[in-house]
Amino acid sequence: MATEPERILLAHGGGGQLQNQLIRERILPKLRNDVLSELGDSAHLELSSSAICFTTDSYVVKPLFFRGGDIGKLAVCGTVNDLAVSGSRPVALSLALIIEEGFETRLLDAILQSISDAARQNRVSIVTGDTKTVDHGSADGIFINTAGIGIKLPNVALGLSRIDVGDKILINGTIGDHGMTIVSQREGISFESPLASDCAGLAELTCTLFESVRGIRFMRDPTRGGLAATLNEIVEGSRRSVEIEEKEIPVRPTVQAAADMLGFDVLNAANEGKFVAVVSPDAAPECLKICRGHPLGKEATVIGEVVEMRDVPLVELRTKIGGRRIVQMPYGRELPRIC
Amino acid sequence: MCLAVPARIIELEGDRAVVDAMGNRWKAKTTLLPEAKLGDVVLVHAGFAISTVDEEEAKKTWELFAEIENFENTSNKISG
Amino acid sequence: MLDRVAQAQHTIEEACRGLDRQITVMEVCGTHTVSIFRSGIRSILPDKLKLLSGPGCPVCVTDQGYIDTMMQLADREDCLIATYGDMIRVPGSDGSLETRASRGNVKVVLSSEDALQLARDNPNKTVVFIAVGFETTTPATAVVVQEAAREGIENFCILSNHKLVIPAIRALLGGMNDRIDAFLCPGHVSVIIGSGAFTEIVRDYRRPCVVAGFEPLQILEGLAEICRQLAAGTAQVKSMYKAVVTEQGNTAAQRIVAECFEPVDGYWRGVGKIAKSTLALKEQYRQFDAFQRFGLEDKPGKEVPGCRCGEVLCGLIDPIQCPLFGTRCTPQKPIGPCMVSSEGTCAAWFKYGRRK
Repeated sequence: MATEPERILLAHGGGGQLQNQLIRERILPKLRNDVLSELGDSAHLELSSSAICFTTDSYVVKPLFFRGGDIGKLAVCGTVNDLAVSGSRPVALSLALIIEEGFETRLLDAILQSISDAARQNRVSIVTGDTKTVDHGSADGIFINTAGIGIKLPNVALGLSRIDVGDKILINGTIGDHGMTIVSQREGISFESPLASDCAGLAELTCTLFESVRGIRFMRDPTRGGLAATLNEIVEGSRRSVEIEEKEIPVRPTVQAAADMLGFDVLNAANEGKFVAVVSPDAAPECLKICRGHPLGKEATVIGEVVEMRDVPLVELRTKIGGRRIVQMPYGRELPRIC
Repeated sequence: MCLAVPARIIELEGDRAVVDAMGNRWKAKTTLLPEAKLGDVVLVHAGFAISTVDEEEAKKTWELFAEIENFENTSNKISG
Repeated sequence: MLDRVAQAQHTIEEACRGLDRQITVMEVCGTHTVSIFRSGIRSILPDKLKLLSGPGCPVCVTDQGYIDTMMQLADREDCLIATYGDMIRVPGSDGSLETRASRGNVKVVLSSEDALQLARDNPNKTVVFIAVGFETTTPATAVVVQEAAREGIENFCILSNHKLVIPAIRALLGGMNDRIDAFLCPGHVSVIIGSGAFTEIVRDYRRPCVVAGFEPLQILEGLAEICRQLAAGTAQVKSMYKAVVTEQGNTAAQRIVAECFEPVDGYWRGVGKIAKSTLALKEQYRQFDAFQRFGLEDKPGKEVPGCRCGEVLCGLIDPIQCPLFGTRCTPQKPIGPCMVSSEGTCAAWFKYGRRK
């Protein structure tokens, strides 16, 4: 007879014995660092600069575990990346867990391990946290929020207003990997696939770029809504237009084939290990060189450039056959089609 | 009104098939294509194979098909 | 590939120059509509060649009455609605399946087989499969109806609205819009019905009918063949998609469909009644008809005032000529069917390029 797996109880979020036990025996050992071990009401940090970047994100991905990562890895890398593309070096994260009553503790352990591994790989410390439990059925297993602090790199001035006509648009690799991987493992659609999420922390690469190259105007990570959403945000915010070359956009054949079968658009699919950078024409070659010399940028490429806006800011795509069409802001949810 | 994608039949039992499109494996039925054989490239729509693909013809005009062929011939089929 | 693109462009330009008038080509396939827009083909064609989208989007031509019936069934406690993703966002007079999805009884399926499996897995509910689509998709429905009959699965039924392309083309040329010079014929419908099915259009109306695939080059070469025929004054059926389309089509699929369905008069949203253009279940399979099972009538719904989708669907106006386009009617807040469906002409215009 199989033993009933150990599960999280509501009491684990109740602030009493069980919660202390959870923190000391399961959470702390994995995330061990001096600041966190204090278990103070807040983390005391001494930062080398008062110019910092601060961000937060919540993670509700389903399925919780997917090829190439899990919600824990995502929670660390996602926030690290927001800090990275803002021109800062990530140093510290907070970690808030909202766990559904009945969630298996072995799954929690696996997620905590992923968080620990990702934090170490990205050289950030989890310095403060919180744990709450909710009734069964209220949290899809587990929800995670991370907030992050990064030290702004000197001599880096990023902004949509700095974008100028002639600037090049660069991406560090293939698009759609994360989005299509999640879809392939989602109940109701699932299909076997070698696809894996590109979930990864980009700070090491972006810091190298910022420290080595002048002329980076703006950067963003194309997560939900994909490349299409990010490019549309860029044109709206900078009041310029953008022309993209379809044949330059890197897409894995397996990703494209999965999208084709479902009627999805890879331009709208999420990416978790990619950034879009707008750089001056002079900076582009050096940026490409640095990216291609790094494991997370081997397929980096220039996909287009900034052009003058005519009446409205637009993202225009030059297609493989030399035609032109607009790329709009995606609706917000892709559904599989037969038509 | 018809998203349909070419894929190769890699498993076939009765009219239940598994097809491969660039490494993605989907279930498909061959009820509408009784002559389909293991190894055939078929066109799949809404979970059904609706036609075999004439590979010679396909190579002439179908870029997607050419990509399938290239993909299958590479040693590194895992897109990593 | 680019040299073949250039060659096709050259053929088209030569033909247009020679003909010295506007050439109007209609495609009757929502997937062609989208492919044409996504590839930006219009931007590399001469102005004289006008590409129209016809009533080839099954979601767009699904009558409002059918949508409301679908919602009625979705509101029932004893029903599970199984639908392709295409129908999820279509608004009826009161919300869409998407707004009802939170109740958990609307499931998106990739295949009709998934819908039937849902019935096997949920013996206490009646699964209603939303059976829309043209001839490419109908065989998939017929297969599961026969499977359900063989296995005696009683908690399964279909809300049928499968439509036929040829009657729609005949209705257009017979009066609704006879200024169409040629048809770019749907590649995957032709896989099922065969390229020979269009012979009657050539015979009765002397319009070139060219079957094309969905890749940009395939579409361009299809258009080039059309222009070549028009310039030569000929009208023929020609298939440019021989890799998967034969003249007789998929006879096994045709047979299964004929066993289950028969053509009846049907309402096409925005267009009106077209004779023998919709499929209804035959007598021996009528127990799987959701209309009959729930005592519902298949009657047309009310059209929204000011909506000119009908004229768009017949290719009589461009979306940009509709006063609601882009203002009151957008993909986020669609009023008419042409904007609702991701393959609708208006949605495609809005998404991929408002100008041309």
